Amino acid sequence: MKKVVSLVLALALTAAALLSGCAKKQERKVVNVYNWGENIDEGIFKIFEERTGIKVNYTTYESNEQLYAVLKMGGTNYDVIIPSDYMISRLIEEGMLEKLNFDNIPNFANIDDRYKNLEYDPTNEYSVPYTWGIVGLIYNTSMIDDEITSWSALFNPKYAGQILQFDNSRDAMATALFYLGYSVNTTNEAELYEAYELLVRQKPILQGYVMDQIYDKLEGGEAAIGPYYAGDALLMMENNPDLAFVVPEEGTNLFVDAMCIPKGAANKENAELFINFMCDTEIALRNMAVTCYATPVRTAYEALDEETRNNEIMFPKDDVLNRCEIYKNLPQATLNLYDELWVKLKS
Amino acid sequence: MKKPSIFGRLLMALVFIFLYAPIAVLIVFSFNSSKSRTVWTGFTFDWYVKLFQDTTIMNSLYVTLLVSVLAAVIATVAGTIAAVGIYNMKRSQRNAILALNNIPVINADIITGVSMSLLFVSAASVLTKLSLALSQLFGAKINLSFDLGFGTLLIAHITFNVPYVILSVLPKLRQLDNNLFEAAQDLGATWLQAFFKVIIPQIRPGIVNGLIIAFTMSIDDFVISYFTAGRVQTLSMTIYSMTKKRITPEINALSTLLFIVVLLMLIIINVRQASQEKKLKKNSSRSNELNEIIEYTKI
Repeated sequence: MKKVVSLVLALALTAAALLSGCAKKQERKVVNVYNWGENIDEGIFKIFEERTGIKVNYTTYESNEQLYAVLKMGGTNYDVIIPSDYMISRLIEEGMLEKLNFDNIPNFANIDDRYKNLEYDPTNEYSVPYTWGIVGLIYNTSMIDDEITSWSALFNPKYAGQILQFDNSRDAMATALFYLGYSVNTTNEAELYEAYELLVRQKPILQGYVMDQIYDKLEGGEAAIGPYYAGDALLMMENNPDLAFVVPEEGTNLFVDAMCIPKGAANKENAELFINFMCDTEIALRNMAVTCYATPVRTAYEALDEETRNNEIMFPKDDVLNRCEIYKNLPQATLNLYDELWVKLKS
Repeated sequence: MKKPSIFGRLLMALVFIFLYAPIAVLIVFSFNSSKSRTVWTGFTFDWYVKLFQDTTIMNSLYVTLLVSVLAAVIATVAGTIAAVGIYNMKRSQRNAILALNNIPVINADIITGVSMSLLFVSAASVLTKLSLALSQLFGAKINLSFDLGFGTLLIAHITFNVPYVILSVLPKLRQLDNNLFEAAQDLGATWLQAFFKVIIPQIRPGIVNGLIIAFTMSIDDFVISYFTAGRVQTLSMTIYSMTKKRITPEINALSTLLFIVVLLMLIIINVRQASQEKKLKKNSSRSNELNEIIEYTKI
């Protein structure tokens, strides 16, 4: 019996020691960052810790929707999140973001004016842009002889079995909406049904719905054409020089991922310091080298070599940008319709 | 024994190809100099170097191993004790408990995951309200609440591991001679001594089996971790989060290393078992000789 008592006491002691250890750790200054997978140069965390003494706890998610689910569920505490445009406006509408204190973010002045006050955050109180890019068509010039200029290529039976399509509802519907000449932010049910019908007709000529598998399929010559993000197109073209990237004439989607602070963040000031740090010229350049997405930090853009600055895939010219449309958050009824149509399409 | 037919051999070869070709491809592409998983661009060790510098992957590997080891050990202890208790119950009670024990095993992971995360979140919110009230009452800052994190992840893993341990220990208890325990007590052992020196060694294979199953279940798990890990990340969660861009070949490198470690462990265990069996055979043959001599002298 004595043994049991001493065992219980020993366990209690270790538990107490462990708990106090945890408590001590919490006193240390930290910032909890939640970002897309593979979307940052992790080497910069050390620099941030050296400069500010704040440790970065870094975790990753795979989609805006996952981020939203995690935030909505509660029970976790993040200080910096990096959602995309339409998700930011949704989070703002639902009161899930903190207003930023721009006094702590002097480097906001480095951001190009073009990327301030965008539709998703019109007064720019909640977000600081981190990366941006456009969607386009990537195709293999050795497999497709015609010059591709339009979204119609994705729906052309001539390339049956060689076409890839996005495996997420918003991006996939957007390819159809652009082709039909409608806004990607439409809430008109007739237009959405028309786009859906187009996707239904496209399904038999598709090789598949893909996200990151598109890399292997296009690089390896398994598929000939598919839509994806510009930064990723550059990476694919490095491995297969036959690949080309075009911005369809009907226009395309411009996406911006921006840094925000969720409501109730425990380390708001640390978060602002981190956001400020991310807008530093040198840090922005390091991140851009890893992500291959364009940076909105003007001073970083100016520091790039001429070849990169003139790369029209990474930094499209104004005439292209003027044809672009940013996703807005859709009303709940439309979101439900998207879900319903997407499930019907995929099943 | 009859030699296998050509068809049999072909089938076996096919089975092994399907089992090991993916691993072979994975290992080959961990040495590919580009990020591509289809185009071979040259040989490199870069991904192995980068792997050890990648803090996200290394952290999640650490979390995965730590949670698997802790959960497996704790679940084994708890499961063994539970199995002994269940074994000594009345038949009707035992069947009822075993039925309850089987439900989490058969149940879909996603249901376990979602329900656990709901439980944790609601418990946390109740505690938040409680600590708020207590803080007001005592005028000091009291925080009893918690965030989803390593603690909740560990609890979840222990929870889904325990039934497997019980299922692997119980059969060993059934094989046990009921009189052993009493015999040990008759010979002067306390019940604790009898339990640790007689019962535990007898059911050890079941315990070890349970430990290994629990460890593999934990290391494998994605769905339950996904819902309960909060701000920490297991390896499978990290890999999943890479699917918008492209899963880096560092993962290939890591998988290759894990594969080699498991292979080495299997080889060592097999070699040791083989040598132990040899020794056992030698000993038993020697004791046979001894017996014969004794028999002989008796006559």
